[in-house]
Amino acid sequence: MSRRLLVSTFAHEQDLLDATNTAREKGYTILDSFTPFAVHGLDKAMGMRPTRLAWVTFFLGISGAIAKLWFQIWTSATSWPVNVGGKPLKSVPAFVPVTFEVMVLFAGVGSVLFFLFRRKLWPGKKPRFVYERTTNDRFVLVLVEDRADFDVSEVRQLFAPFHLVNLEERMEQES
Amino acid sequence: MAEILSTLRPPLVLGNKSYADITDDVCSALERKSSTGWWTSFIIAVGVLILGAISVGYQLVTGVGVWGLNNTVGWAFDITNFVFWIGIGHAGTLISAILFLFRQRWRTSINRSAEAMTLFAVICAGIFPIIHTGRPWFAYWFIPYPNFRGPLWVNFRSPLVWDMFAIGCYLTISALFWYVGLLPDLATIRDRAKTMWRKKIFGFFSFGWDGSNRTWQRYEKLYLLLAGLATPLVVSVHTIVSWDFATSIIPGWHTTIFPPYFVAGAVFSGFAMVLMLMLIVRKVMNLEDYITLHHIENMTKVIIATSGMVGLAYITELFVAYYSGNPYERFAFINRALGPYGWAYWLMVTCNVVVPQFFWWKKIRRHVGMVFILSIFINVGMWFERFVIIMTSLTRDFLPGSWSGFTPTILDITTLLGSFGLFFTLFLLFARFLPMIAIGEVKGVAGVKRATPPGAVEKRKEVAHEPAPVG
Repeated sequence: MSRRLLVSTFAHEQDLLDATNTAREKGYTILDSFTPFAVHGLDKAMGMRPTRLAWVTFFLGISGAIAKLWFQIWTSATSWPVNVGGKPLKSVPAFVPVTFEVMVLFAGVGSVLFFLFRRKLWPGKKPRFVYERTTNDRFVLVLVEDRADFDVSEVRQLFAPFHLVNLEERMEQES
Repeated sequence: MAEILSTLRPPLVLGNKSYADITDDVCSALERKSSTGWWTSFIIAVGVLILGAISVGYQLVTGVGVWGLNNTVGWAFDITNFVFWIGIGHAGTLISAILFLFRQRWRTSINRSAEAMTLFAVICAGIFPIIHTGRPWFAYWFIPYPNFRGPLWVNFRSPLVWDMFAIGCYLTISALFWYVGLLPDLATIRDRAKTMWRKKIFGFFSFGWDGSNRTWQRYEKLYLLLAGLATPLVVSVHTIVSWDFATSIIPGWHTTIFPPYFVAGAVFSGFAMVLMLMLIVRKVMNLEDYITLHHIENMTKVIIATSGMVGLAYITELFVAYYSGNPYERFAFINRALGPYGWAYWLMVTCNVVVPQFFWWKKIRRHVGMVFILSIFINVGMWFERFVIIMTSLTRDFLPGSWSGFTPTILDITTLLGSFGLFFTLFLLFARFLPMIAIGEVKGVAGVKRATPPGAVEKRKEVAHEPAPVG
């Protein structure tokens, strides 16, 4: 299904924030917004739920730590026990540093991979939304024209106080 | 448009930049032809790198004996250089992660290059333990992998194995942190690229970034998480490096003060290196509006603080050696200050404790030339700190019969020089091909609590009525 989208462009972050808030209050469906940097408060304005990425990191870190601790005990005490100066084979305090490092490694690498996977970003991917100035100095709000009575001129009037720079309609492309 | 004006704080970015100005200022440097200055520095750096590569090559073919090591002094320049470079790296993570957690927003102008510095410094550091093994083609034996020798595992109770894990993890996480920070800026370069190759290359490496806020939301969280992970990591790395010494029973090394002492020293020397690099970069790349005197002043303040910590550690060490009543410990420290390497000790104290005190004067903190010179002194001092710790304890060990000295051979020195060559080669390549300033992050702070710079907001354009072609 290809949807009609209304792409409105602003020149300042505050304009985008205000426009997004207004659009949401008026009940328009917000597809996404595109900005050159992370605009704080935009998540709330778009009505997005907080991300649960921290949980992924947490569980990856825990599993990394447990796996490495087990691995160290297994290699040192079970697989090939080596007596080093009569010290205990399962000397857990000596295993703490490497356990910590591997915990950080799992949590860090895993979170980045999970982020890329979740946002469908990969090397060589073509950008989904093409407007070269969103990575420079333009703030874009994309609304979905999902209602029969969707009126472009109404939106234009609604956004006029926010220094609307440009307004255009696009068709969503199936990928 | 809501505007909150602040007259209290000086702006982080000078020159009333609009968002497009910021993009232009940072990216245009990458799109020009390389300057003569860049080529000159690059050729010198590569030359020194080649000198180092030849020295390492000769050492690998002949053996570690080409260094000035002997039976008593089993490691010298290699471990000194290793600890020195790791320490340099730490300032980058401090700036990118710890200052991020503390919401120090001035860090945005310098964090990209500081992170790059971290990465390159860790690469330089990693070379030394590997070539010190003598047979670096077996370096992969450090990694616990199922093998046909038993399987025989590495000894996880050894600080050297901890070290391998710490450095490996640090390098990986630093690289990730750096690259994640780079993603939006690579997309910025991609979108303004004129030539096909630039479009292709930056298109490939920018992972299809389009500035979607749904991505930004998770990106911000990911950045915060990585900062939160990198912060304890950076402390753990130099702690583990210090355990290479502290878990041994050599007088002068076997002390619990080593971890905090090493971490403070690492940040201290790293900030001096960041300052040196930044002072050159802002001049050569015309980034004075981004890396302002305010940034330089802030960094010198960190140097004063860490210099104090390092000085405190020196005094504490001396006091504890005296108070312990342990004759070997006392001897180690008397020997450190008054023995054959006393000159190095006092050079270290002068450079690390006395010289940074000049930064108490605001005039000096804001004087670019002075800051540069003092930073060089600090870097020299911190190299000698590691040299002093290692030399004084090793050359005078328990049996006077086995006491010895250490004189570096020419290959010791050329290998050290070569690591600087590698570092500057990598840094110059980075400065040439990637944005030195985190464009996205600087844009985020450029307008904070400030009116829109005049001219940044364009007049309303005519609204397009026709649907544009599908994008």
